[in-house]
Amino acid sequence: MDNREKIATLLTGVTGVPVPTANDTIYIKAEHLNVGYANEVVVADISFELGPGKALALIGTNGSGKSTLLKTIVGLLPPMEGQLLVFGMPPGNNHTRIAYLGQFHHAGFVLPLRAIDVVRMGRFPLHGLWKRMSREDDEIVLSAMHTMGIEKLADSPLLSLSGGQQQRTYLAQVLAHQADLLVLDEPTSGLDAGGRELYLHAINDELCRGASVIMATHDIKEEAALCHQVMLLARRVVAIGAPNEVLTPDALLQTFGIVIGGEQKLQVLECLHGHDNLKGFEPKKEAH
Amino acid sequence: MDVLITPFLSNSFMLQALIAGVLVSIACAIAGTFVILRGLAFIGDALAHGVLPGIAVAILAGFPGIIGAAIGATFMIGGITLITQRSRLSSDTAIGLLFIGMLSLGVVIVSRSSSFSGDLTRILFGEILGISIQSILIQLVATAVIITIAIVCARPFLLLSFDPEQAEVAGFSVRLYHNIMLFMIAITVVVSFQTVGTLLVFGLLIAPAGAGALLARRIEAMIAWAMLFGGLSMYIGLLISYHFNLAAGAAIILVAIVIFFLVFILQNIRNRRITLHQEVKHG
Repeated sequence: MDNREKIATLLTGVTGVPVPTANDTIYIKAEHLNVGYANEVVVADISFELGPGKALALIGTNGSGKSTLLKTIVGLLPPMEGQLLVFGMPPGNNHTRIAYLGQFHHAGFVLPLRAIDVVRMGRFPLHGLWKRMSREDDEIVLSAMHTMGIEKLADSPLLSLSGGQQQRTYLAQVLAHQADLLVLDEPTSGLDAGGRELYLHAINDELCRGASVIMATHDIKEEAALCHQVMLLARRVVAIGAPNEVLTPDALLQTFGIVIGGEQKLQVLECLHGHDNLKGFEPKKEAH
Repeated sequence: MDVLITPFLSNSFMLQALIAGVLVSIACAIAGTFVILRGLAFIGDALAHGVLPGIAVAILAGFPGIIGAAIGATFMIGGITLITQRSRLSSDTAIGLLFIGMLSLGVVIVSRSSSFSGDLTRILFGEILGISIQSILIQLVATAVIITIAIVCARPFLLLSFDPEQAEVAGFSVRLYHNIMLFMIAITVVVSFQTVGTLLVFGLLIAPAGAGALLARRIEAMIAWAMLFGGLSMYIGLLISYHFNLAAGAAIILVAIVIFFLVFILQNIRNRRITLHQEVKHG
């Protein structure tokens, strides 16, 4: 049993990998894709495929190109070179099928919104300007809030919620969309242990439903282990493949960078910055 | 009661002023809510003053000021968009430059007029007590247009205020709806300047909606509060101006600002009481 199966089993209590739908078309197909801003290429030559029921984790330091790739996939940034097809079309053409969770939220100092209003926005792409929200929509919204454990906060003003509760609200918004593709940029930032568990459950359910997920994360133990594929990024593709093949000390060292200290010890930079999750994968320090 | 109602019943100019004022309040409540939520206060301010040269030229050339105001607003929005897109300057620098430039140009043009100070006062502070039926009709149509825009664009406007990237991914073009929002603010400014003047319209855009933001949990409620506070400011301001022989436009804005600070203070006292209450409960 690989890591992903272990996690899935842990979460659902059922042995075995979630079965994807019979439809095995490719949701995302990237070939020699360059992504970046304006005239600056951030990551070059990215190639991968993502099908229904599958999850891909992007792992790398801040500035490694994770967010840039995610923004390109949802159509916020144009691809610079190479080919990128999302549901068989150039990105930015499938609003009804893609849910996106950005890394930064602009919830300003005055935004009179209740938590439920934020989650309801997850249904907007399916309804456009005009179509009325039905009772079914309301049920989906409440069920998404229930999944993230915030149904009791429905009428609370967004700004009265803690950072973790707000992040749960944004995740519930993504779930309420019931999209075919979930694009998540650091989805667990600010979540407490309970929130993380609910989130892992929810993602597992989404995968079982046949949705595919692409997420940027620092969490190699749990989140990445839930994914079928992992891509290590350091302004280039360091490695891509199944988690147990890719998450090697060597590849992680290349991804997170090394520093040679006074005593010529190798240390993973990311660990110094307090990303404790890496500890289990820390390469052996070699002293000469 | 006589003091509160009679001025409006026995003077048609007072009644017309109140009707025009309430229409302006409705328009400003809607536009002002999004000005605050999107952080467009500076653009609102710049638009309010940038229309000055347009109005000045219109008055000198002898056609309605409102047409000049519309041209001025269009120029202003176009200029802000162009500078923001084509340079690395932040938009507030671009807006600031255009705003002061347009204001100076307006004053320079008005200074050619024979009744310089009279014209300038009318433009800056409005002439709500001399409002014509025709102006009220234009105001009515504009308010209807603004309400329609707010209803049709409710979802994209909400997403845009929440997170522009979410709006774009959800299929609502940020550029399109941002421009529609600017257009809505521009209409409000253009048709409101006759009532409270270009200098004061900004106050009516910000103060009632700001007070609403302090009280509301939902955007709809914020707009409703803003309409109520705006209408109340009109009524009280007109009464004060009538009884004490004061400038009407400025009196109205002063009332609106006072209402804002009253709400602000009352809310702070209430919040402090709640905190104290909780401390007593838990402590």
